[in-house]
Amino acid sequence: MEDPVIQALDLSLTFQTGDGPVHALKDVNLTVDKGDFVSFIGPSGCGKTTFLRAIAALEHPTAGTLTVNGMSADEARKARAYGYVFQAAGLYPWRTIGGNIRLPLEIMGYGRADMDSRVKNVLELVELAGFEKKYPWQLSGGMQQRASIARALAFDADLLLMDEPFGALDEIVRDRLNEELLALWARTEKTIAFVTHSIPEAVYLSTKIVVMSPRPGRITDVIESPLPRERPLDIRDTPEFIEIAHRVRDGLRAGHGDEV
Amino acid sequence: MTSGAGNRFGRAVLPVLAVVATLLSVWYVAVVPMNVKEVLTQAEREGAVVVPPSAAERRDSGRWSLVFANSHLLGASWSMDRSRLPAPHQVARELWASTWVEETTGRRGIVRSGSLSNRSLVYHGGVTLGATVLGFVIGSVMGVLLAVGIVYNRAMDLSVMPWAIISQTIPIVALAPMIIVVLYSVGLSGLVAKAAISAYLSFFPVAVGMVKGLRSPDAMQLDLLRTYSAGKAQSFWKLRLPASVPYLFASLKIAIAASLVGAIVGELPVQRGGLGARMLGGSYYGQTEQIWAALIVAAVMAAGLVWLIGWIERRTLKAMGAQP
Repeated sequence: MEDPVIQALDLSLTFQTGDGPVHALKDVNLTVDKGDFVSFIGPSGCGKTTFLRAIAALEHPTAGTLTVNGMSADEARKARAYGYVFQAAGLYPWRTIGGNIRLPLEIMGYGRADMDSRVKNVLELVELAGFEKKYPWQLSGGMQQRASIARALAFDADLLLMDEPFGALDEIVRDRLNEELLALWARTEKTIAFVTHSIPEAVYLSTKIVVMSPRPGRITDVIESPLPRERPLDIRDTPEFIEIAHRVRDGLRAGHGDEV
Repeated sequence: MTSGAGNRFGRAVLPVLAVVATLLSVWYVAVVPMNVKEVLTQAEREGAVVVPPSAAERRDSGRWSLVFANSHLLGASWSMDRSRLPAPHQVARELWASTWVEETTGRRGIVRSGSLSNRSLVYHGGVTLGATVLGFVIGSVMGVLLAVGIVYNRAMDLSVMPWAIISQTIPIVALAPMIIVVLYSVGLSGLVAKAAISAYLSFFPVAVGMVKGLRSPDAMQLDLLRTYSAGKAQSFWKLRLPASVPYLFASLKIAIAASLVGAIVGELPVQRGGLGARMLGGSYYGQTEQIWAALIVAAVMAAGLVWLIGWIERRTLKAMGAQP
């Protein structure tokens, strides 16, 4: 049995603010294995983004332990263990799409020929072949987000962290990108941690759904999806899908019920 | 398509022409009251009957009342020598005479002597331009370096900006002679001394703009670089510096204009050529046409320099993939 990719034990994270401490995460326990597609779902303020940022070592837990690839989160960040996709594409407007994808490669010191072939590969992977020389403003929002995914895939990180990457896109584009993301996950065999607030998106994509609730942010349910890895879009009309969606909704409601 | 281009040209040029025409007509009207006392004194000498008749009485009366009381005697208003306010065409004639005519036909002009005449505005404009450009380059480099220090060093962040602001509140006219004297005592004079004053005025807008520009990347863009475990130098060259370019050019336009003012102010105490020296010389000898001509050369030069920076800005931003 391989080591888990992400392991959190009694993880807590408290922000000190002017209005007193905010418990963004409290006693979170979670194990993510290699090849998993884990979704974090919950209302705003439930700490799902904070948890993802803690995995990326962009936030630092105040208690408990968190390991990524068997290392501390900070060590994993320095070892460039993950690619991170933000809610906005955040492409540099002064770089072409190819230049944007080259950015992490330049920083990590890849060779020129290696960079060229990697850029070509990931552009094909996200179906943006031929857009290498275009500037970000020449692409639609969905295409920009695809380019930002390509940027996170370009270097050798087995873990992909995605923070509501399709949150700002319309449903049609989102459906298509969800489908592409699954195909990409199958081909690259990466481990993906995915933050969302859409129940169908979480159920459709994930092998493991983590339902979270706010104040303090904690995990209320972890659902291992019985759906097969191969998932056409119309799987969303099957009874299994609807049943899981129900369980997610119940978990969300239960989390809210405690609070009211 | 051609009519579209014509329209665009018209839209750009017509408003400018309208403003110029308005300014010129106000100028022509203003010449009359400004020069009325001298015009009437001259008319009296030539035997005309002036109301009121004595120069002492006229000194105490209002300009407009003199204009209305003597409206038939004012024909010389626009052709006076050494008038208080020369008419635009007199300034234009002076401008022409002190540039083209001086250089092509003058004894010391470039055609007959092989070097620019020290009486021509081409020469003096060049002197000022040299100091302006040198000061601008020094000031801009200083401004950028200060901004980098302010953004990357907390102690500089807290300490430098208040002093930079104070430095700009001291009137440059008061400070310029002191700078010249101090620099002269350490062996720097002429061009370098004037450039120092230009640099003093031009570093500030560049520093302010660059601090804002270097800080313009948002938290997400900085987080992205952290996920790559990028170093400080990499985040500077790959993110902060390119992000600051639009801010830099906005500042450079202000800086080059300030630099020109600095060079002219620096030429007042130095008195070794330059537009500032011409202006001061003109005011010593009542040569108002000479002052105005130098002023116009300075204004045209400023417009040209700002346009040049704007052109470089457009080229640079285009090369950086800006949306046309």
